[in-house]
Amino acid sequence: MSDSKPSPCIEIHAVDKIFGSEASGYRALDNVSLTIKDKEFFTLLGPSGCGKTTLLRMLAGFETPTRGDIYLHGRNVVELPPRARRVNMVFQNYALFPHLTVAQNIAFGLEMLDWKKPQIGERVAKMLSLVRLEEFSARKPAQLSGGQQQRVALARALAPQPEVLLLDEPLSALDLKLRKEMQSELKRLQRETGITFILVTHDQEEALAMSDRLAVMSGGRVLQAGTPEEIYSRPASRFVADFIGEANIIPGEALGRSGTLAIRPEHITLGAGTPARLRGAVREITFLGADTLFEIAVPHGTEILKIRARLRGRAPDVEVDGHVWLHWPDEVEWGVDG
Amino acid sequence: MRIKPALGLLSPAIIVIFIFMAIPMLIALAYSFATADAYGGVTMPPSISAYVQMLFTQDFDGSLIFTTSYLLIIWRSVYLAALATGLALAVGFPVAWYIVCQPPSRRRLLLTLVTLPFWINTLIRTYCWILILRDEGLINKFLSWLGAISQPLPLMYNQGAILLGLVYTFLPFMVLPIYATLERVDPRLIEAAFDLYASRYRVLRRVVWPLARPGVAAGLVLVFAPALGAFLQPDMLGGGKQLLLGSLIEMQFTSSRNWPFGSALAVLVTLAVVIALIAARGRKEAPAR
Amino acid sequence: MKKKPFAWQHNPGFGTFTWAVMAFLYIPLAVLFVYSFNANRQVTVWSHFSFKWFAVVAQDANIRLCAYNSIIVAVAATAISVAIAIPAALALERGPGFKGRALSVGLITMPLVVPEIVTAIATLIFFSTIGMANGLLNLIIAHTVFCIPFALLPIQARLQALGGGFEDAARDLYGTEWRIFRRITVPLLMPGIISGAVLAFVISLDDFLISFMVSSSGSTTLPVYVYGMMRLGVTPEVNAISTILLVASAALAALAFVFTRPPGSEAPAKTTN
Repeated sequence: MSDSKPSPCIEIHAVDKIFGSEASGYRALDNVSLTIKDKEFFTLLGPSGCGKTTLLRMLAGFETPTRGDIYLHGRNVVELPPRARRVNMVFQNYALFPHLTVAQNIAFGLEMLDWKKPQIGERVAKMLSLVRLEEFSARKPAQLSGGQQQRVALARALAPQPEVLLLDEPLSALDLKLRKEMQSELKRLQRETGITFILVTHDQEEALAMSDRLAVMSGGRVLQAGTPEEIYSRPASRFVADFIGEANIIPGEALGRSGTLAIRPEHITLGAGTPARLRGAVREITFLGADTLFEIAVPHGTEILKIRARLRGRAPDVEVDGHVWLHWPDEVEWGVDG
Repeated sequence: MRIKPALGLLSPAIIVIFIFMAIPMLIALAYSFATADAYGGVTMPPSISAYVQMLFTQDFDGSLIFTTSYLLIIWRSVYLAALATGLALAVGFPVAWYIVCQPPSRRRLLLTLVTLPFWINTLIRTYCWILILRDEGLINKFLSWLGAISQPLPLMYNQGAILLGLVYTFLPFMVLPIYATLERVDPRLIEAAFDLYASRYRVLRRVVWPLARPGVAAGLVLVFAPALGAFLQPDMLGGGKQLLLGSLIEMQFTSSRNWPFGSALAVLVTLAVVIALIAARGRKEAPAR
Repeated sequence: MKKKPFAWQHNPGFGTFTWAVMAFLYIPLAVLFVYSFNANRQVTVWSHFSFKWFAVVAQDANIRLCAYNSIIVAVAATAISVAIAIPAALALERGPGFKGRALSVGLITMPLVVPEIVTAIATLIFFSTIGMANGLLNLIIAHTVFCIPFALLPIQARLQALGGGFEDAARDLYGTEWRIFRRITVPLLMPGIISGAVLAFVISLDDFLISFMVSSSGSTTLPVYVYGMMRLGVTPEVNAISTILLVASAALAALAFVFTRPPGSEAPAKTTN
């Protein structure tokens, strides 16, 4: 990412979306504001029902905000139908037209834009080579594998050279190995085309791996937006801390302080050295291959705090029910709201 | 799609059916309150004489005498329709359950076999039974060839033949809704019942049957309603000796020319069907657990 | 003998019973089919196999006229009812919910629920009240009414199975509503449209009671004419024409099944005699 300030591609301004009546309806989006920069790979991350798909469909023009505005390169697009927005979408189950061939699918948007035949042919060939499906152009979608269908959907959405490409859980239908491949494929496509990509996913690993910036959503709100590093290392809330990776939430009083703080399991070390922060009994040890996970019960007043520590390499010589000291350096802990 | 274009797209269907189905039924209702004159026409002062005619007949001096002749036909129609519905259920339920239990490809074949007769002309399907049941029909020929009978058995022109015709015609209406309901049942429910030590019979009785009830309710109406107004089966297999409502209504518009009475009978049939529909809907919504 | 391992799908006796029921459904049809190839004028005395009576029937001027009437009515009723059913299905499946929706659906499916005798006499009274005695046109109108729900059901089922995703994708790719309808909706809907049309055609071709009440002397349809023949007695001619009707309906219905997948689950309810 460069430090220069590219012009904002999309500005979402105080958007509410209520399905049904104002009083009793379902509030899918609650005062959402976001700025997405040009040529950025941006991700909307959150659990199902958090409003991320509603927001994406709103950018495409399938939903209208109840309140608020959306600007695409400075133009308010709230009233525009999908065909009047230079925005294209890769649908969750691809929605490839089953009665059209791969080439006809890719050409569809260009035909609707009334391109001339020779240009369409040229563009389709270029898109086919971009997604490496040259020899499949005459096939029907049903004759393709899941990964190939995915690439056709990408080619079809990229063919009309949109200002923004929207991707609605594009990898969720693929198996794990293919998903990893497609992740780097998507990053390559974004680099090569220079188009702003907006991805919707509930998979935090995917979001961290692919995005330039991301927004964590829950309950129709944007909880935090920033680079993956910012969000991972300084989650603004307990929800974000827990949703992105894993976090131990520790009340400050346990350490003789005020507030609440969070700490990642992999930042905790176990041992006898000082200055130790906490002491507890090991309840469970789970071997995870490269890591070993320790669950430690730390007494805190009348309660017991459950702390998880994830240690790399050889585990220290500790047994279940044995007592350990917990350490971490100051710089890895951070305060969260209660 | 917004509301206005949607209504625009829907309106041709609504308008056509409203004008050519709903309004005609309302006119028929109006006719049932008109009075028949002696020449097959109607006079307009509204009266309930068509309905009175179902229960009373006019004596020579104009006084009304209670008569059971039409009541008997109504009763016979209801009785035969109900009996046919019950028989269709007894036959259709095991068939539906058997089909549900089959692997998908076989299921498709069986379903096609059950559905196909539905698309074949009822006139022809009823006629087939004449070939089988009449005095020179297949059964009597066969029995006399065997030497079992010397006189042909009177298999046609009785209530049994009508009943047979009704069950034969409307059986698919019972099988299909029961099948459709059972097909959606999670097979794990049935496995759970077996897992909890139920016998085959008790699984059917305690799990399958209650789950099938919405389909059974639909099937009962789908068989009862058309059976009540059936025309061809009583006409062709009952030979006009066993008059039912369908034939009685038809006669009022052809040979007897008493439109108000025919309309009143049609209103009666429609009311019965509406009541059956409401009863079935009530059962459908009642929790089946 | 080895005992079969347990499978709840295997219900002893039910299979035999079901196949017996299938025999009950199909043996009468087979009897008619076989008899119609009997050369003997006496229907139940078999002499030898022959197509003779089909030839006789095919040359009968009355039968030819009635067959012609039947086909005219069926083609017209099918075309009109499909043309009405496609937009109605789109409105019901893709349109928003509105207040009178349930009422509208109830109205459209009314021909399926009302006993045929009631529809028949109501239609008869209606045409006589408005003084319309237009022969075939009366029949076409009456048939269109009860063909609409039959054309509608497979089209609606197909739309439901497709979902709105393809149309959304086309909208996203700059399609106008009309172009989406032509390029995406209609091609994808085709199997539903074909099976709706075939079913409407069969239902119209099969109809007896409504045609019987509504038709006049010049506009007799084939089933009404065959009914008249049957009243006069069992003859080889009746057998032959009945077999033709039987095979035509069965073949068309089978064609519709090919286009309706999965079949059965949305089998429509027909009230008929």
